[in-house]
Amino acid sequence: VCLFAVGATTLGAADAPQPAEVNIDNFSFSPATITVKAGTTVTWTNRDDIPHTVVADDKSFKSRVLDTGEKFTFTPTKPGTYAYFCSIHPKMTAKLVVE
Amino acid sequence: MAQERDVILFDHNHDGIDRRGFLKCMAWAGTGALCIMSGGVLKSYSLGSPSAQKAAKGELTFVQISDSHMGFNKPANPDVAATLKAAIDKINALPHAPEFMLHTGDISHLSKAEEFDNVDQILKSARATDVHFVPGEHDVLEENGATYRERYAKNAKGDGWYSFDKNGVHFIGLVNVMNLKPGGLGTLGNEQLEWLEDNVKPLSASTPIIVFAHIPLWSVYPEWGWGTDDSARALSYLKRFGSVSVLNGHIHQIMQKVEGNVTFHTACSTAFPQPKPGTAPSPGPMKVPAEQLRGLLGITDVTFAQGKHALAVTDSTLE
Repeated sequence: VCLFAVGATTLGAADAPQPAEVNIDNFSFSPATITVKAGTTVTWTNRDDIPHTVVADDKSFKSRVLDTGEKFTFTPTKPGTYAYFCSIHPKMTAKLVVE
Repeated sequence: MAQERDVILFDHNHDGIDRRGFLKCMAWAGTGALCIMSGGVLKSYSLGSPSAQKAAKGELTFVQISDSHMGFNKPANPDVAATLKAAIDKINALPHAPEFMLHTGDISHLSKAEEFDNVDQILKSARATDVHFVPGEHDVLEENGATYRERYAKNAKGDGWYSFDKNGVHFIGLVNVMNLKPGGLGTLGNEQLEWLEDNVKPLSASTPIIVFAHIPLWSVYPEWGWGTDDSARALSYLKRFGSVSVLNGHIHQIMQKVEGNVTFHTACSTAFPQPKPGTAPSPGPMKVPAEQLRGLLGITDVTFAQGKHALAVTDSTLE
């Protein structure tokens, strides 16, 4: 509990960007395009009954296999547009835009 | 109790109904139609008809099972081990003993060693202990499929493709679940396609060919990823053969299509059903009442009659 409190204070003091979330439902990433500031932690949550992955087309980030309810976090530092997909179900594509 | 529907699905030999149509073999509750391919022409009979009985006395009989998804434990099937066992019981009760089995992938749900162990253990109780596998995408989730290859494809080429011959029939196991590209479908890849071209080169055009792979090698429903990007190139190498059958899994339901001399067939899962193409927001496990589950799972029993080039495909549910 204490650790959480300290962490939150530190983040607040540093004026860090709000965390961003992407959900995986029905074989799609939502939102399909998420725009964040560099340094923002993005969390993907698999809410399907089937495992998925989060893999950048250029392989700059790559999750392990996410079973139901599992999460993947990534904190981009370099601005740019990163197309990513589920390497198990490659029809699932989306974009992470870092400003 | 098995439900049977007496449906003549297609009979090209006589009236050429819907030759290139998108044919569903028994769709959901159905089971017990028999599809017979003779000289590259597919005919079908209802089970129990005299023609069907005759065809069942072929010289080579094998069974296809698919999509056992060991490790899956959510609705509508919290016990996929029990339904796989039920499938094996069904196989062991067939009137003619199969010489071997094909497993067309998604053996496991998460590529875990204990999931593979569990399937291997259950398969040991089958009358036909000789099983030829191809991987599904769920079998190669970690380390580029190293665990799968170690267990099931030690003597195979590349990511696990191979061929073998039985009673004059040439079987080809293909891998289309590796190195998938963003936005794409299943992929065979150049290396495997070149191997396939070389593999069939020495065969005479009268050699019956049976290809098996996880993702359908025909375009079932690309919107859900139910197809293979470079399957047309693979099929081009098989064009000159009089009799080609393609057996797939992945979509967890029975579908059939005839294109020229190629018959495509997808098998049921032994674990859970998936929706019919386009009838749900996405593919994935379809939740059905417990009493309906086993009517939507099943096995595929195939008989090849030597000399007649006849392939009889019978799907049965686990009920």
